[in-house]
Amino acid sequence: MSGNTNSNMPLVETLRVIQQSRGKEDIVVTTMGTGREWSGFEQHPLDLVYVPSSMGQATSVALGLAIAQPDRRVIVCQGDGSLLMNLGSLVTITSRMPQNLVVLLMENRVYEITGRQGTPGTAELRADGQDTDFAELARAAGFPEVLEFDDLAAWRDAASMVLSSSGPVFAVLKVEPVSGETAPRSPGPAWERATALRERLTRSSGGA
Amino acid sequence: MFNGSEIANLFEELGVTHVVTVPDTTIGPWLAEIRATSVDVIQVCREGEAWGIAMGLYLGGATPIVLIQCTGLFESGDALRNAIYDYRLPLFGLVGYRSYLSQASLPGDTCLRFTEPILDAWEVDSVFVDEPGKLGEIATHFRACQAAGKPGIVLFAEGKA
Repeated sequence: MSGNTNSNMPLVETLRVIQQSRGKEDIVVTTMGTGREWSGFEQHPLDLVYVPSSMGQATSVALGLAIAQPDRRVIVCQGDGSLLMNLGSLVTITSRMPQNLVVLLMENRVYEITGRQGTPGTAELRADGQDTDFAELARAAGFPEVLEFDDLAAWRDAASMVLSSSGPVFAVLKVEPVSGETAPRSPGPAWERATALRERLTRSSGGA
Repeated sequence: MFNGSEIANLFEELGVTHVVTVPDTTIGPWLAEIRATSVDVIQVCREGEAWGIAMGLYLGGATPIVLIQCTGLFESGDALRNAIYDYRLPLFGLVGYRSYLSQASLPGDTCLRFTEPILDAWEVDSVFVDEPGKLGEIATHFRACQAAGKPGIVLFAEGKA
């Protein structure tokens, strides 16, 4: 466990680094707050803005994609509240050790879209007064590569390396909650987006 | 009711690429024989993951089946809802009906009270297989759902008759 440093990155700029560093054949899965912000970027045919979601399932959806598309990198961006709903997915991921999967945890310590209530992982709500250490959780789950960033310049410098490393990679990106309008919206009918993604993936090589 | 060899052969015959599962006392003994085939077994920590992973597999071009107990169906409702209604994905599940064949010797399992109403509530096209001679109905239902591009579930009886 470790305390929060209160030295965090702006979410939009943090995601923008991912958008600029991804490979053109990489799949990027975003959800909840990351999906909301990603929807504001120029869309890519291999984006899966997982909105609407079953909260916590983004890592599982990404694992399925990574297994079905072993020759393609899959990058999943989700918050700590979401991950806490599906912590077992970290162990499922490492049971398979997909080299093409990158899990990026946007740690903002709150349920942002419901009004910034703290998660049970935050020091304020914990009997021990310590923030949950997600990097340690990932290491304990067996991720061979675990990184942490709370400085945008450092993240910008390292992003290409992180996104292209042999995985599974787990990186904690400490970000600030976003104020104001926070509810994510599906950027178009979800089933149409799913169909288009599947057609794109099955048209090209590397599928299951 | 069925053995691992029958289920493994069935999955291969149906072109299933991945089985996403949490074992129970019926499903668990099948897994070694499924793993001995070309079908990839993905064992998950809880059933909600199974639908999420199946969703990713399907989007990536695979043909997954989710293999879980009815208690896992109860647990995983939101993930199922999201995949088959929000995204309209034609995912398919084999769901074990706990204690169905043990009602005389082990009465009182509340799975017997809630499994069918909950399955009905999800409005998934379902078939109930309650005797060994109905193995072929699994294949028939799977193929029909695949052809129609819709989700489906086979509820199969568990327990010792």
